[in-house]
Amino acid sequence: MFYYILRRLGQMVVMLLLISATTFAIFFAVPIDPARYTCGKNCTPTILEGNRKSLGYDQPVPVQYAKFVQGLATGRDFPDNAELRAAHPEQVVHCPAPCLGYSPLQSRTINEMVSEAWPVSISIALGAFVLWMLVGVSGGIIAALNRGKWPDRLVVGLGLIGYSLPTFFIGLILLTFVAIQWGVVPVPSFKPFLPNPFDWAINLILPWITLACIFAASYMRLTRAYMIETMSEDFIRTARAKGAGKWRVILRHGLRASLTPIVTAAGLDLGGLLGGAIITESVFSMHGLGFLAVNSVTTMDLPTIVAMVLIVATFVVMANLVVDILYGFIDPRVKVGA
Amino acid sequence: MYPRLYSEPAEAVCASRDQRGAAVTTGLGYSAGTDDPMAPAAPTDSVRAIQGLSPGRLALRRLLKDRVTMVAFFVAIFFVVLALAAPLLEAAKLIDPQTPHPELLGGWGSMPIGPFGGVSPQHWMGVVPATGWDVFSRVIAGLTVSLVVATLAVMISVVVGTVLGIVSGAAGGRVDALLSRVIDFVLSFPQTLMLIALSTIVIDIIQAATGAPRTPASMAFMICVMGFFGWPYFARIIRGQVLSLKQREFIEAAQSLGARRGRIYFKELLPHLWAPILVYTTMVLPQNIATEAALGFLGVGIQSPTPSFGSILNDSVHYARADPAYFMFPGLTLFIVVLSFNLVGDGLRDALDPKADRQ
Repeated sequence: MFYYILRRLGQMVVMLLLISATTFAIFFAVPIDPARYTCGKNCTPTILEGNRKSLGYDQPVPVQYAKFVQGLATGRDFPDNAELRAAHPEQVVHCPAPCLGYSPLQSRTINEMVSEAWPVSISIALGAFVLWMLVGVSGGIIAALNRGKWPDRLVVGLGLIGYSLPTFFIGLILLTFVAIQWGVVPVPSFKPFLPNPFDWAINLILPWITLACIFAASYMRLTRAYMIETMSEDFIRTARAKGAGKWRVILRHGLRASLTPIVTAAGLDLGGLLGGAIITESVFSMHGLGFLAVNSVTTMDLPTIVAMVLIVATFVVMANLVVDILYGFIDPRVKVGA
Repeated sequence: MYPRLYSEPAEAVCASRDQRGAAVTTGLGYSAGTDDPMAPAAPTDSVRAIQGLSPGRLALRRLLKDRVTMVAFFVAIFFVVLALAAPLLEAAKLIDPQTPHPELLGGWGSMPIGPFGGVSPQHWMGVVPATGWDVFSRVIAGLTVSLVVATLAVMISVVVGTVLGIVSGAAGGRVDALLSRVIDFVLSFPQTLMLIALSTIVIDIIQAATGAPRTPASMAFMICVMGFFGWPYFARIIRGQVLSLKQREFIEAAQSLGARRGRIYFKELLPHLWAPILVYTTMVLPQNIATEAALGFLGVGIQSPTPSFGSILNDSVHYARADPAYFMFPGLTLFIVVLSFNLVGDGLRDALDPKADRQ
C-alpha cells in the first residue's frame, strides 16, 4: 500500500511536470512576444526591453521553464535578472517555495493572489458539494426505489431539466430575481467564515445552488442507475430473506455497493472544482481562483495563466489518486495496489 | 463546466451489440428508409411465421414507442431546420438581425420601450437595448452559428476519437499503452480554463496566418479546441468496445483470410461501433452548444455583432438588471435546444440498450 502510494505520487509529479511544460511551451514559445503583453498602451521599446529583462523573457524558453520548476521547489527572487536585483535591491521580491511566479500586471507574486482567492473557491466548492450530494444521492435513491412510479418520473424529469440548464443562466436568474429584484438574500459577496458563519452562508447560498444544480442532476441519474442495478442483485434478495429491515437493506446493502462509482465521480468533480468554479464565480463576481483565472486570461497575464493551469491540474490529478485509494475502503472487493 | 461524461451510458450501449454481427450494421440504416418502420420484417413467401427482429429494428421500435423522445426528436429537428433556413430567411428579409430600431428605445442607446424588453407583434422577443436589434432574429441567426460550431467540433471529436480508439484497442501492446497515456494526459488538462486561456493567442495566430476576419477565426478556434478536448472521451469508449469486439470470430475469420490491418479496423470493426458513436454524438452535441454559450458568456470566442448564443448572452449580461427579458428569451431558447438534444440522446441510449427493460 505504502509503495503503491509512493509510486502513484511519482507518476503524479511526472504528469504535472509534463502538463506545466506543455502549458509553458504553448504560452511562451508561440510566435507572439510575451513581453508585449506586459506593456500597456504607452509602450516604448525601453519599457518593453526592461520588462523582458526583469521577467527573464530574454532567455531561452527551456531555461525559463527550468527556473519556473526550480522556483516551485526552492522559491525564487524577482526581478529574474541578477544585475537588476543588484542594481535595485529595494525592488527585489522574494517568492517562497512553492513559487508559482510573478505577475507583471499585478506587480506581486502569484502565491499572494492565490492565497487570497483560495478561501473563496473552497467555500463555494465545498458548500455546493454537500448540497449536490444530499440532493443527488437521495433523489436517485427515491427514484430507484419507486421505479416507474411518479416519484421516479419526477426525479428523472428534474434531472434532465437540471442537466440541460446552463450554469450561467441559472446563476443570472437567481442573481437578478432572488437577490436584486426580490431582495430575498443579499447580493452575494464573500464574507470570511469565522466571525459570522451565518453571514458567510447566506452570501454563498446562491452560488451554491447555481453550482450544485447541474451536478445534482447528474448524480441523481447516476445514483438511480446504479441503485436499480444493485437492487436487482442476488445479495439483496439474500439480505431480505435473512429478515434484514427495509432501510438496512437499502442503505447497508444497496447503497454501499452502489457507492463506488458515485464516490469516484464525486471525488473527481470536487477535485476539478477546488481549482475554481469559473462560471459561477464570474456570474456572482466572487474573487476566487476561477475568477482569477478568467481575469488573467482577459488581461493576458501569462505567468498567472500558467500557474492557474498547474493548480487546477494538480487538484485533478490528486483527486484521481485519493479516489483510487478510497476504493479499497469503500469496496472490500477492490484490492488497492494489487 | 459540465460534469464529465460518466462511463455508465457507455457500458449500457456496449450491451447493445448483438450476437449476429452483420445484421446490426444495417439496422437503423434501412429501417429508417421504409415507409412503415413499425411493420415487422416482410414475411417471406406465404409463411407468416414468427419473425425474428434484428436488434436495430427492436431499437427503432422501442424508440418510436417512447413518446417523450419522439417529441424531443421533432423539436430538435425543428431547430436544425430553423438553423439551416436562417440564412435564407435573412436573405428573404423575414428575419433581420442587424438593423437598428432606435425608435423602439427610450432614446438612442437606452432601454427598450414596453414590457419584457419591448415585446411586440413585430419583435417577438423584444429588441436589444442600446441598438434596437430584433432579439428574435438574432436568436435564430445565432442558432445557426452555434449549431455549426457545435456540430463541426463533434465531428472532429468523433473522427479523431474513433480512429485512435480503434487503433488503440485493436493494436494493443505498446501502441495501446502510449495512446492511453496520451488520453490521460489530455484529460488532466483543465478544459474550460484551457479553452479560455488559449482563445486570445490561438485566435491571434489564426488571424495572422490566414488573414481571416475576427468572426471566422474565433469560430475556427472554438471548433478546433472543443473538438480537441472532446476526442479522448470517444477514444476511451471506442477502445473499450473494440477490446471485446476483437475477440469475436469474424475478426479471426478476417485475419485468417489475410485481411490487412486497415481493412480490419475500418471495414470489419467500424460498422459494429455505430451505436456508441451515435449515442455519444447526440450526447456531446448539446454539451458543445452549452460550452459555446458559456464561453461566450465569459467573453471568449464569437463576439457581437455576430450573433451566437454565446455572444448574445454575453451582451445581455450588461443589461441583466435593467432589462432581464433580454437574457431570459435567448437563455430559455438555449435551454430548450439543449434539453431537446439531451432527451434525444437519452432516448437513443435507452432504445439501443436491451438491458433497460421499459415499462
